[in-house]
Amino acid sequence: MASWGRRSSGMVHHIKALSKVELRGKAGAMKGGWWRYPLQPGVASALVPRSWPCVNTMASLFLVQRFKSSLPQKQVEDDDGDQDLDFPGGKVAYTSEMKFISGSYDKRIPCYRVLGDDGELIKGGSDFEKVNKELAVRMYSDMVCLQIMDTFMYEAQRQGRISFYMTSFGEEAATISPAAALTKDDIILPQYREPGALLWRGFTLQEFVNQCFGNKDDGGKGRQMPVHYGSSKHNFVTVSSPIATQLPQAAGMAYSLKMDKKDACVVAFIGDGGTSEGDFHAGLNFAAVLEAPVIFVCRNNGWAISTPTSDQFRSDGVVVKGQAYGIPSIRVDGTDALAVYSAIRAARSMAINEQRPVLVESLAYRVGHHSTSDDSTKYRSLNEIEHWKTDRDPVNKFRKWVELNGWWSERDEADLRSSIKKQLLKVIQVAEGTEKPPLTELFTDVYDLPPSNLVEQEKLLRQTVNKYSHDFPSDVSLH
Amino acid sequence: MLGIVRQKMLEQSLKKIPPAVSVLRSYSSAAKQMTIRDALNSALDEEMSADSKVFLMGEEVGEYQGAYKITKGLLDKYGPERVLDTPITEAGFTGVAVGAAYYGVKPVVEFMTFNFSMQAIDHIINSAAKTNYMSSGQISVPIVFRGPNGAAAGVGAQHSQCYAAWYASCPGLKVLAPYSSEDARGLLKAAIRDPDPVVFLENELLYGESFPVSDEVLDSSFCLPIGKAKIERKGKDVTIAAYSKMVGYALKAAETLEKDGIDAEVINLRSIRPLDRSMINASVRKTSRLVTVEEAFPQHGVGAEICVSIVEESFAYLDAPVERIAGADVPMPYAANLERMAVPQVEDIVRAAKRTCYRSVS
Repeated sequence: MASWGRRSSGMVHHIKALSKVELRGKAGAMKGGWWRYPLQPGVASALVPRSWPCVNTMASLFLVQRFKSSLPQKQVEDDDGDQDLDFPGGKVAYTSEMKFISGSYDKRIPCYRVLGDDGELIKGGSDFEKVNKELAVRMYSDMVCLQIMDTFMYEAQRQGRISFYMTSFGEEAATISPAAALTKDDIILPQYREPGALLWRGFTLQEFVNQCFGNKDDGGKGRQMPVHYGSSKHNFVTVSSPIATQLPQAAGMAYSLKMDKKDACVVAFIGDGGTSEGDFHAGLNFAAVLEAPVIFVCRNNGWAISTPTSDQFRSDGVVVKGQAYGIPSIRVDGTDALAVYSAIRAARSMAINEQRPVLVESLAYRVGHHSTSDDSTKYRSLNEIEHWKTDRDPVNKFRKWVELNGWWSERDEADLRSSIKKQLLKVIQVAEGTEKPPLTELFTDVYDLPPSNLVEQEKLLRQTVNKYSHDFPSDVSLH
Repeated sequence: MLGIVRQKMLEQSLKKIPPAVSVLRSYSSAAKQMTIRDALNSALDEEMSADSKVFLMGEEVGEYQGAYKITKGLLDKYGPERVLDTPITEAGFTGVAVGAAYYGVKPVVEFMTFNFSMQAIDHIINSAAKTNYMSSGQISVPIVFRGPNGAAAGVGAQHSQCYAAWYASCPGLKVLAPYSSEDARGLLKAAIRDPDPVVFLENELLYGESFPVSDEVLDSSFCLPIGKAKIERKGKDVTIAAYSKMVGYALKAAETLEKDGIDAEVINLRSIRPLDRSMINASVRKTSRLVTVEEAFPQHGVGAEICVSIVEESFAYLDAPVERIAGADVPMPYAANLERMAVPQVEDIVRAAKRTCYRSVS
C-alpha cells in the first residue's frame, strides 16, 4: 500500500515497486488500490494501471512471472477496527461463528392477494392498484372468452378436427391480468400457455382458430403446430416449443431495448417446470448482470405434465430463486386478477425506472390437462382437480368482485357467453372451410431471400404435381 | 507433420506478440500481406464502424482482447456496450444474442471453439435457424456465430471436431468456411451484413498465416458473395474440392501432382451452405475426376454431399469413382503421432488424385 504513493517516472523504479508484489489493478486510483479483476495468467495487461501506458508490454511480461510469488495481501481495517475481507465482488464482514445458511426460511414467502375466495376485497388490504369499471369489465370479458375458446377448441381436438390443443383453465387471470398491466410496446415472450395475453392485445378469435387449423389465413402461414401463436404486430414473440429458451432471449431483447432507451420492458413467461432448465439460470443471471428491464413471470401451476413441484425443486417455490441472482421478487395469487394486475404494474415500473429485472411467481393451479395428449386423472386425484375448478376458479372470483361493484349483471353474463359461443361456432366453421396454405409457403421464409436451390425445387415440385396430380392430395393449392 | 509443428510454433510465437494492424497498413509495397487474424479483426472493426447495430458477444472477447486475439482493440474502440464479455454459458449467451437479434440488432457471437457451440446448439438451430420460417417471416435473425472450428494441434477429442456438416445440414442457416485472408475479410463482412443466421467456421491454425491481399480486398466496402466457391488453381485433369485449412493442403498436393504430370484444379468451397454445386459440377465436367478433402469425420460429411451432387448432375462425365478424403472415424487422439494419423495429409490427397487418374500409387 505504501508503494502506491511513491510514484516516480523511472521505469526501473516501477518494476522494483512491482516486485514488492502489491499488484495494482485498473482501480489503482482508488484508496487502497485493490485489483478489480480476478487474476488470470496472460491477462497481465489488464492489471497494469492506466497511469503507466508505456509500461504495458514489458511490465505485463514481468507481472506474469510475479503471480507465482505473491505475498499475502494486507487486510483493510474498517471503521470499527474489525476486519473485513476485501475480495473480488466487494467487501464482506468476517465472523468467527461457523453458521450455515439454512436451505429454507422458517416461514415460506407469503402470497400477495387482494381478493378473498368470495370475491370480496380483503379487510384492511389497500395495497393494490385501483381498476375502473371499463378495465375490469374488459378483463373479465376476456377471461370468459378465453375459457369458452379453450372449451370449444379442446372439444375440436377431441373430435379430430385439429391435431393438438392446450387449455389455460385456472390460469385465465394469470395471463390476462399481466397483459392488462402492460402497454402495447412491452414485448411478451410466452412459454406456450399464454394465449390470454395475446387475446388481450387484440388477436381475434378468427386469428386464433386459423392458427390451430393451419389454414391459408393463418398469420403463421401454417408453419406451426396449434397454440404456437405469434404476432410481431402485437409484440408477442412466436411460441417456441423448447422450454425456457425464451428466458435468455428475453434478457437479450431487454438489453437491446435498453440500448434504444425505450420506455418499455420485456415480459417473459415460464412455468414451474421450466425453472429447472439451464436457460432459467442463464436468463436470470444475464438479465441481472446486464441490468436489463425484463419481468420474469413464473406461472407456478403445480404441475409440469405429471411432475409435481415437489419433484421439480426443493426450494420454497420459485420466488426465493430471484434473490440468488440479485433480482427483487414477489409471490402473488395467480387466481386473483387484481393482485396479479397490481404486482405486474409495480414490477413494470421497477423494471423500467430502475433498469433491472424483476421476478414474479404467480400461483394458479392448472385445472386442465397439460395438453390434449395428456390425461391428468392418471396422476392426480379427481377431488383435487374439482376443488380448484369450482371453489378456486379465478373467473368466478373476479366476477363476484365486478358484480359487487355493480358493474356486471346476470343479464350481461348471459349475453356475453352466448355472444362468444356464437362467434366461436362461426369462426371455427369458417376456419375449417378455409383452404390450406398454397405450395409456395412450403419454400418461403427459410431465408430472407429464396435461395436458388429452393426456387428450383419448387419449380420441379410444381411440375411433378401437375403431371401426377392423382398422386397428390387435392388440398395443395398451386396458386 | 512438419507443417503442423511449424504452424504450432508460429501460433505460440504469435500469442506472445500481439500483432498490430496499424503496422501492416503502413506497408507501401505492392503485394500486401495480411494474417487471417488481422483480416478478421479489420472486418469486425469496419462493420462495427459502419453499422451501430453490430455488436460482439462472447467469452474473453473484451478485456482479454479475444481468446485468439481476433477481437483485439475492439473493446477500447467501441466500449463495453458493444463488446460484451459474457459469463461462461454458451447456451445462455447464445440465447441472449438470439433474443437481441429478434429485437433487430446484429450480434456477432464468438464461440471459443465450435466444440463448445454444442452446448448452445438448440438456440442456434431452434431459436435462430428456424425462426424466420416458423414466424412466417415476422422475426428475422441477423446473427453471426463465429469461432475456430476443426482440429487444432494437440488439443484432444473435445476440442478438435469439425462442425461444417452438422450446421450445413440445417435449412435456415448459412455456413461459411474461409481459407485465405481475402476469404476471411470478404465472407465475414458478408455474414454480418446478411439478414439470415450465419455460422462462420474459422481455423485456429490458420489465424497466424499470412496471405497476399489486394487494395480491393483492403477496402472497407469489400464483400464476397455467399454461396460462391473459388477456383484457387485452374487445372484440367482432376478436381480437388476442399474448405478451410485443407485448401492449403490441396494446393500443396497440386504442386506435387504437377511434377507427375497431373494438372489439378483446386476449388476453395468458401461456402458450405449454400454449396456452390454449379461450380463444382462445371469443374468436374471439365476434368471428369473428383477428390473431396475435409478434416472432419467422413460419415454424412461435406464430401458425401458433394459426391451425391456430382452423381445427380454429372454422373456421365465421371471417368473414375469420386475419392473422399476425410479425417479418421475416431475421436481425435492427443498423442502427436496418433493425431497426425487421424487427419488427412498432403500425401493422402496426392494418392487419391493419382487413383482417379488410374496411376499406380507407389
